[in-house]
Amino acid sequence: MADNNKPPVDAAQKQKQDQQKRAVPTATVREPFYDIARWGTKPPPGEDLISTAYGDRVARDLAFVENEPGVHKPDPILVADNVVRRFGGMTAVDVGHFEIERHGITALIGPNGAGKTTFFNLMTGFDVPNSGSWRFDGRDMQHVNPEQVARDGMVRTFQLTKVMSRLSVLDNMLLGAPDRPGESMVRSLFPGTWRKKEQENRQKAEALLERFLLIKKKDDFAGSLSGGQRKLLEMARALMCDPKLIMLDEPMAGVNPALKQSLLDHIVSLREDGTTVLFVEHDINMVRHIADWVTVMAEGRIVAEGQPRTVMDDPAVVDAYLGAHADVDLGDDSVLEGLEGRV
Amino acid sequence: MTIIANILGELFAPTTAAYALAAIGLNIHFGMTGLMNMGQAGFMLLGAYGFAITQMHGANLFSSVLFALLLATVYALLLGIPTLKLGPDYLAMVTLAAAEIVRIVGRSTSMTSVTGGSAGIAPQDFTTQFENLSPLPDGTSTFLIWTYNNNIANSWWLRIVAWVLVALCAFLCWRWFRSPWGRVLKGIREDENAIRSLGKSVTKYKMQALIVGGLFGALAGIVFILPRSLNPDSLGRTVTFYTWTILLLGGAATIMGPILGSCVLWVLLTAVKETMRVSIPPTVISSNQIEALGWVIVGVALMLLVIFRPQGVLGNRKELAFNG
Repeated sequence: MADNNKPPVDAAQKQKQDQQKRAVPTATVREPFYDIARWGTKPPPGEDLISTAYGDRVARDLAFVENEPGVHKPDPILVADNVVRRFGGMTAVDVGHFEIERHGITALIGPNGAGKTTFFNLMTGFDVPNSGSWRFDGRDMQHVNPEQVARDGMVRTFQLTKVMSRLSVLDNMLLGAPDRPGESMVRSLFPGTWRKKEQENRQKAEALLERFLLIKKKDDFAGSLSGGQRKLLEMARALMCDPKLIMLDEPMAGVNPALKQSLLDHIVSLREDGTTVLFVEHDINMVRHIADWVTVMAEGRIVAEGQPRTVMDDPAVVDAYLGAHADVDLGDDSVLEGLEGRV
Repeated sequence: MTIIANILGELFAPTTAAYALAAIGLNIHFGMTGLMNMGQAGFMLLGAYGFAITQMHGANLFSSVLFALLLATVYALLLGIPTLKLGPDYLAMVTLAAAEIVRIVGRSTSMTSVTGGSAGIAPQDFTTQFENLSPLPDGTSTFLIWTYNNNIANSWWLRIVAWVLVALCAFLCWRWFRSPWGRVLKGIREDENAIRSLGKSVTKYKMQALIVGGLFGALAGIVFILPRSLNPDSLGRTVTFYTWTILLLGGAATIMGPILGSCVLWVLLTAVKETMRVSIPPTVISSNQIEALGWVIVGVALMLLVIFRPQGVLGNRKELAFNG
């Protein structure tokens, strides 16, 4: 899949850089110029390609960011501060500082009960925190209700997929459309005032369904779809709103491996469309594959952040997943006694 | 012959039309939006009071109807503001209780000067203007096998107006049903939170649905009292439950379902009662018992319908296959 998403090369930029960087021309050893396919995948020897792809830009930006929890990022789209949510005596979420890099794919991982979904709910207004503030795209999002959050461009999906079972797949999609004059009670009685817009939305919906391989199902009830197809539909529906930030809550849960691969492709292609992605996932390989940045939550806190390749080696992450004494043989009585002594 | 005329007369009786209107309103509540309104009779009674009381005090017909609709709107707002943000069961409880409150306040002795107390309001106090508006000549007319008065009480004029109203409301409902507005309502019926996550103000849509359905209910109340007197007890809980029966019988979330359901229920009921009246001698079963037994038989028939055709007469079975 990575090959499909190889950064497009901007030839003009490349040449420009060429001139700046190299005083000594190497034209004599260059490959023939017309072979664009080879250009795209392999730079001529000794040359760098400049990519305009968001993926590379974000990777470049994040390369200089330190791998520590609550770190500041160059261009954050969502900034959360001191968000605390308690359920009775239990603190579900206690996030000191958290930023999401614009145009990046940020993975939110952590063991079950770490507060990932609660954090999603808080950010999107479906739940109200005990304290804390957060800004989305420069706007204060405290006390904003879920529908306004979605209209502002932060759209989420649900861990337990929510499709409208007794509406057709296409109707499900059309419900996601942002501009909908026909949804006013009075105007809806006069089809002339909304038919044109409806047609446009329909085309957009069909294009998205085509991309998500659901076009053949468009007239079926959404309730007749399989679990994986519902995940796809929910994601496609969220994209109808043209979100700035899409928050996917376990998009891969219960999806078969073949479909998983195409979902991953979709997520990567979202980034290239200019959408910022935040997703919760348990499959570490998937995370390593597509994420630009990984944030690890455990017991409501952010315990680690970093590049996907290195973050799993962080001792805090190992503790979160395996327990603090993962490397100790607890079957050995003498070791246990020693531990008790230390505690 | 009179029996057949009576039975088939129910097909287009004003009461059938009134129930059809109420069921269309309930269809917008329940069939489209999924709101459990257990007090449609409350909307009807309030509409009826609004119309009859203003008529009694000499308001013109148009402003009386407008006042009835206004009352229903205010009532819907009062019910909706505290409950629509809560789960569906709360709305059911509140509407059921509120409808009873309307009825009990209406029939209380302290309100006798306004609402006429438990005796209600006599027809001559509120039907005159409506009857005077009729373009039909005085006297009675016979059409095919039916003979009714042209203008007075259970008249041809009332039938025409009532069914024109039903047609109008069904048309509105059809337009809404197929519009993006209707689609949002259906989406809310399926999953509120999903609709919320797509940036739509769920409470606003639910309120609109509650008001529109309530307005249809108020119209139904007016049509309901025109051929008889306004008696608060004749618009009690049972009316709500008949309306629900009609809706489920015809098929929720269909356009013609409520109308068909109303026709089928009342024709069936009259048929059963009339047949028993002529075929069973009064020494075996008295006419009071026939009244009750009629409901028992219709009730059993409805139970069978719900068991073997749960989607109603016009409903789409496929829709029932996906619950939740």
